[in-house]
Amino acid sequence: MSRTITIRAMKYNPQSKLSKAHFAEYKLEETDGMTLFIALTKIRETLDADLSFDFVCRAGICGSCGMMVNGKPALACRTLTKNFPEGVIQLMPMPAFKLIKDLSVDTGNWMNGMSKRVESWIHTNHKPDIAKLEAPMDPKLADETFELDRCIECGICVAACGTKLMRPNFIGAVGINRVARFAMDPHDERTDEDYYELIGDDDGIFGCMSLVACEDNCPKHLPLQSKIAYMRRKLVALRDK
Amino acid sequence: MSDLLEGFLGTSVEGKKSRVPAKLDYIQSATGLFLGLFMWGHMFFVSTILISKDFMYTITKMFEGSMFLSEPKPWIVSGIVLFVFAVFIVHAMLGMRKLPITFRQYQAYKTHMGMMKHDDTTMWFTQAFTGFAMFFMGSAHLLMMAAQSDKIGPFGSSERMYGDFMWPFYLLLLLAVEFHGGIGLYRLCVKWGWFEGANAKESRKNLKKAKWAVTAFFLALGLLTLAAYVKYGYEYSHGLVDKYKPTAQVEVRFDEKVRA
Repeated sequence: MSRTITIRAMKYNPQSKLSKAHFAEYKLEETDGMTLFIALTKIRETLDADLSFDFVCRAGICGSCGMMVNGKPALACRTLTKNFPEGVIQLMPMPAFKLIKDLSVDTGNWMNGMSKRVESWIHTNHKPDIAKLEAPMDPKLADETFELDRCIECGICVAACGTKLMRPNFIGAVGINRVARFAMDPHDERTDEDYYELIGDDDGIFGCMSLVACEDNCPKHLPLQSKIAYMRRKLVALRDK
Repeated sequence: MSDLLEGFLGTSVEGKKSRVPAKLDYIQSATGLFLGLFMWGHMFFVSTILISKDFMYTITKMFEGSMFLSEPKPWIVSGIVLFVFAVFIVHAMLGMRKLPITFRQYQAYKTHMGMMKHDDTTMWFTQAFTGFAMFFMGSAHLLMMAAQSDKIGPFGSSERMYGDFMWPFYLLLLLAVEFHGGIGLYRLCVKWGWFEGANAKESRKNLKKAKWAVTAFFLALGLLTLAAYVKYGYEYSHGLVDKYKPTAQVEVRFDEKVRA
């Protein structure tokens, strides 16, 4: 049996001097298998054409539609409205990122900055010959390394992180996970000393307060807690100059 | 000169990051581990009063060197206290770096915590709050113990609780220590990946259960111990019992006249 659900969405345009932050309330009929993405699209099509939110793939792959759902960060496209028995869902934009408008935030530029900051690419002196097969890798290690590549840069770990909210320059789990990914990859010739130069400070690995909300909210279920501990152990072991 | 340049630039002249943050992170954890485990031992020592006054007295004297010296020396306890105080100060200094230090940081964290309702995020706030409280309460207790180590014992400690009306202070200190220490030891395991096993999520769940069990155990033991000292303090203050004397030293005198 269908029911009427209420969506309370924060509306605010920081670009406009006239805009004042407030919650807009929308009531709509719930349909079978309705996700928040579907509900928001319906709202935009039928109730409020001015409501801004991000999406691309609608399938939990692009990482665009992260938002705070009843206080917790989640992907709108992967969140079913039926999972909220009280039928009231409050939506806010993810904190820690630049607010564009309403539920839309700029994760892209932040992620780009993070990638540059941790030099998120293979560093090697070896000149690859693309006509030849790549050097083989231990399958187990390959699985573990490429598992970390499943990160979709949705920003949920960043929005979930209390440390990040207090200290805006903190690299966040996504950045540390990225370093761990390359630190594990034998194709990358960087040493632990090199990784220390990237995240060996209080804005990096030593700033993490192990609140593990990143791990608990990651929609891709990445082993963030383990990888942060792994990098911490690795880089603390270097403490003698 | 290189210190001057490094301090100015934030990196060494070769452009390298300082290794000090790594050391600080390690020392914060190491001092926390020491203090957390020390508090477990400490609770077992003070709770010996629940077994008997004599047992508590024997343990107290043991720390004063009764096993090696003919006359126990309370200054040995003062020395131990001062060492713990030094570790405590280092830990507090390093822990302080993590606290919210501006209104905006505090406001952002509180709002976030309220929204997320995430256990570990909330526990951190409890840890920070109790840590801050212990800057003062822990220091007061440690200084008292260092200065008056000779008064530790079944009589002196009971007197302190009841006669000196210190039990409310110790009740708050007990709560602060048990919550801060319990959460801290749990967080150390998460932070360094201890006991992670094959399934980190599952082992964290178990660690958290163990953490609460340990906290409940030490809180119960602490409350019972505090109650025991207050009870004995009440009895001493109201003259219901004689001032404590170790049973082994009670003189058995035979009064000839009475015997006759």
